[in-house]
Amino acid sequence: MDSHDRTATTGHAQPDTTDTTLRVNGKPHTLAVDHRRVLLDLLREDLGLTGAKKGCDHGQCGACTVLVDGRRVNSCLLLAVTLDGAEVTTVEGLAGDGEDLHPLQRAFLDRDAFQCGYCTPGQLCSALGVLAEAAAGHPSHVTDPATPSGAPVPLTREEIRERLSGNLCRCGAYPRIADAVEDVM
Amino acid sequence: MTGTETVLGAATERREGREKVTGTARYAAEYTGPGRAHARPVPAAVARGRVTGVDAAPALALPGVLAVLTHENAPRLAQPDDPVLAVLQGPEVPHRGWPVALVVAETPEAARAGAAAVRVTCAAEPHDVTLTAGHPGSYVPEEANGGHPAVRERGDQDAAFAASEVRIDTEYRVPPLHNHPMEPHASTARWKGDRLTVRTSSQGTNAVRATLAQLFEVPEEGISVTAEHVGGGFGSKGTPRPDVVLAALAARHTGRTVTVAFPRRLLPSLVGHRAPTLHRLRLGAGRDGRLTCLGHEVATHTSRIKEFVEQAAVPARVMYAAPHSRTAHRVVRLDVPTPSWMRAPGEAPGMYALESAMDELATELGLDPVELRVRNEPAEEPDSGRPFSSRHLVECLREGARRFGWADRDPRPRSRAEGPLLVGTGVAAATYPVLVAPSTASAWALPDGGFVVRINATDIGTGARTVLAQVAADALGVPTERVRTEVGSSALPAASLAGGSSGTASWGWAVHEACVRLAERLATLPGPVPEDGIGAHADTTGEADAGSAYARHAFGAHFAEVTVDTVTGEVRARRLLGVYAAGRILNARTARSQFVGGMTMGLGMALTEDSHVDPAFGDFAESDLASYHVPAHADAVGIEAHWVAEEDAHLNPMGSKGIGEIGIVGTAAAIGNAVHHATGVRFRELPLTPDRVLTGLLAHETPAGTFGG
Ligand code: FES
Ligand code: FES
Repeated sequence: MDSHDRTATTGHAQPDTTDTTLRVNGKPHTLAVDHRRVLLDLLREDLGLTGAKKGCDHGQCGACTVLVDGRRVNSCLLLAVTLDGAEVTTVEGLAGDGEDLHPLQRAFLDRDAFQCGYCTPGQLCSALGVLAEAAAGHPSHVTDPATPSGAPVPLTREEIRERLSGNLCRCGAYPRIADAVEDVM
Repeated sequence: MTGTETVLGAATERREGREKVTGTARYAAEYTGPGRAHARPVPAAVARGRVTGVDAAPALALPGVLAVLTHENAPRLAQPDDPVLAVLQGPEVPHRGWPVALVVAETPEAARAGAAAVRVTCAAEPHDVTLTAGHPGSYVPEEANGGHPAVRERGDQDAAFAASEVRIDTEYRVPPLHNHPMEPHASTARWKGDRLTVRTSSQGTNAVRATLAQLFEVPEEGISVTAEHVGGGFGSKGTPRPDVVLAALAARHTGRTVTVAFPRRLLPSLVGHRAPTLHRLRLGAGRDGRLTCLGHEVATHTSRIKEFVEQAAVPARVMYAAPHSRTAHRVVRLDVPTPSWMRAPGEAPGMYALESAMDELATELGLDPVELRVRNEPAEEPDSGRPFSSRHLVECLREGARRFGWADRDPRPRSRAEGPLLVGTGVAAATYPVLVAPSTASAWALPDGGFVVRINATDIGTGARTVLAQVAADALGVPTERVRTEVGSSALPAASLAGGSSGTASWGWAVHEACVRLAERLATLPGPVPEDGIGAHADTTGEADAGSAYARHAFGAHFAEVTVDTVTGEVRARRLLGVYAAGRILNARTARSQFVGGMTMGLGMALTEDSHVDPAFGDFAESDLASYHVPAHADAVGIEAHWVAEEDAHLNPMGSKGIGEIGIVGTAAAIGNAVHHATGVRFRELPLTPDRVLTGLLAHETPAGTFGG
C-alpha cells in the first residue's frame, strides 16, 4: 500500500444508512440503505436483480425503467430510502413463477423487438406502464383534447410511440416494439 | 446442399431472446460477485497540458474509498499499439476527458464521491480543437481508415471539370457523431496471481485478450475474456477501450474484482467518435447526365496521440462511372479525443455528401435523380477496374421506386404543401464493402443426435448465435434446433470481431467449413457417435483473407418522405424505405432488424445528432443523452427495409454480404434531398435541426438584408 491507498486509521467512517423495507417482485427485503443509493443500484447491487439497466444514470434513457406501486419510473432517479413500503416490479417479476412468459415478453420475441437487448427490460416495464396509464385515462401529448376526461385513451400507433419516447433504443428496434405493444392490446 | 435449403434465410427466432426479455442476460458490469469493487475515472479538466499534482487524501478520507490510482502509482504497462490505452502511465494530458486518476471503492456511490473529491492540478497549455477546411496544420496522410490510400486520381479531374458542360461545385459538413450504444462501455476484471479473468463489453474478445497480454506482459493463455451479451457497440467497442485496461489496472492494484462502467458523459471523450468531415465535391457532367468527372475532397481531424482518418472520399471510388476523378483526404491533429469507428465509417458521411451532390446535379440537369444514378452505373469498379462480384444498385433503385410510389412524384421543388407543412421526397444510393477476416471454429456431433458449434463470435445484438446455428444446420443437413452454438468467450476457437459488417461472413465461413468436415467424418463413421462425440475444426486463414479478383460491395437505395414545418423549422421523416442488395440474407428476421436499425441511426444523423467540440474548453458540448439527441420512438415512423434476391458466388460459402452498416449509409442524404424537394432550399450541413432549417427558409423567402442581417 502506498500514500494513495486508504490506511487502517482512516478506514472506519461509514456512509449514512437507514433501514428500508421494499417489496420487490412480491418478496420483502429490509436493507440498511446508503442514503445516496438510488433504486436502480439497490436492485442491481444489493439484490442482484440486474434486469433493470444503467444506460445513463441521469433519467435520460429509460433503460432503468421499473414499476413502483404500478407506475413506471426511472429507477436511477429515485433515492431508495424514500421508497420504504413501496411495491417494486422489475423485468424479472413480469413472468411470475413458472415457464410462461408475460404476453408482452412473448410479443417482443415474436416481433424481434430488440437486438442487443440492453434497452429491453426498460421498454417492457415502460410499455406495461403505458397500457395501465392509457386504461386509466391519462392523456399524452398527442391525445385528442376532446377525449373525455378519465375515459380510457385508445392506444393508436402514434400514442404508443409518444408514450414510449422516454425509452431510447440505439439499435433502432422502435417499429418492432410498437408492433409488440399493439399485439397485447 | 442437403435438403435443408430453407434453413438459411429462415426467420428463426433469436436464441438468447428469452434471457433478454426476462432480464437474466448478463452484461459486463453485471457480474456482481461478493467483494466486487467499483472504479470511476477522474477526467482531465484541461484540453492540453500535464498533471502536476494529484491530492488523493480527500477522496481516501471518504467512507468506502479503497484506492486512488494515478500515473504515479498505477501498475506499469508495456507500450500499447493503440495509444488510447496508455492510461495512468504518464502526466501528459492529450485531450480533455483523458483519465488522470481512477478511484476504486466499495460501492458505485463511494466511487463517484471519491472521483469528485480527488484534487488534480494541471499545467494547461494552449490548445486548438477547431477543424477548419484550410487548417495550416493539415496534411495528407498516407492512408485513411481501412488501409485505403489517402489520394486516388484518374485522368485529369481539374481539366475535365473546367471543360464540363454542367458543373456542381459544392461543400457539405458533417459534425462529430457519437456511437452511444445503450450499454456504456464496461469491464469487470480479477487477477489470481498472473491469471486474469475479464468480462467486457466488446465487439471481439480475442483482440482484448491479446492486448491485455501485451500490456501486462503475461501469457495469453492465462487470460480469459468473455463478452456473453453486449449492449450494442456500433464500432465503439470494436477494439479494446480504456475501460478494460483501467479495470485490469485497478484489480491488480487492489487485489479485488473491479468493475469499471463508464458514466455516459465520459463516452464521447473515451471511446472514440465519428470525426467531423468537411467535404468539397466537384461533379462535372454532360447535358445527357453522364458524369465526366468526380472530385471528392475531405478534411477531417484526429487527435494528438493517434492518426485516424475517416475515409469519407472512398465510396466515390466505387459508385459512379466517371473518366476523371480525384478523391483525397486531409487530416489535422488537434487537441481532441481520438476518433474511431462509428457505424459505416467513411461511407456514412461520404455518401451523405456524394449523394447530396448527385441530387444537386439532377436538379441542375432537370433529370430524375433515380435516372441520373442509373445513367452513371459503371461497368466495373471505377477506381480499380475490377469487375463487381455483384452490384444490383439499379435493381434496388427500381424496386425502391416502385414500392415507394416514386413515379407519382412531382419533381418540382416546393410543389406539395399541407397547411404549414411542406412535403418532399428524396432518394439516395448506398454502398458498403464486403469485408471478411479469418476465423476458426469447431463443430461437434454428440451421441444424442445434437451438435455443438464453438466459435468466439460476439453477439452485439446481431443474432450471431442464431444465424451461426442456421449456417451449421445447413451444412450438416439437420434442423436448426439440433445445433447449439457457443460464442462470446476467448476460451473458444479464435474468431474475428463483430465489426465492418464482417462478423457473419467471417464466422459463418469457419462454421460452415467445420460442419462440412464434420459431416464428412460422420458419413464415414462405422458405428454410432461415440460417448464423447466427434469433432472437426476449421481455420479459414488463407481463404477468407485471400484477395479477390472482384470488387465486392453491398449496395442499396434509400427513399424518404419528409415534412418541413414552415412555422417551426422542424423536419420529420414520414416514410423511410430502403432496398438492399446484400447477397444472400441468412435470417430474414434479424436482418430486417439490422437494416431498420441502421436506417434509424441514419435518421438521427440527418435530423437530430449534433456535436461540437467546445473551442474554449476542448470537450464535446453534447456529451450526454439529454443534449446529444438520438432518435426516439416518436421519430421512428414508417421505416421499411426490403432486399432484392442476389446470388453471388464470389463471397463466401453462404453467399452473404454484410448488413450491419449499409442501413445508415444513404439515409441522411435521402432525407436531405427530400428536404430540398420540399422547400427548394439546399441545406449543406447536418443535422437538419429547426434552427438551421428555419433560418434557411427565412433567408430564402426574405430579400437579402431584410431578415436578421
Ligand atoms: S439509467 Fe435511468 S434513465 Fe437512463
Ligand atoms: S435493443 Fe439495443 S438498445 Fe434497444
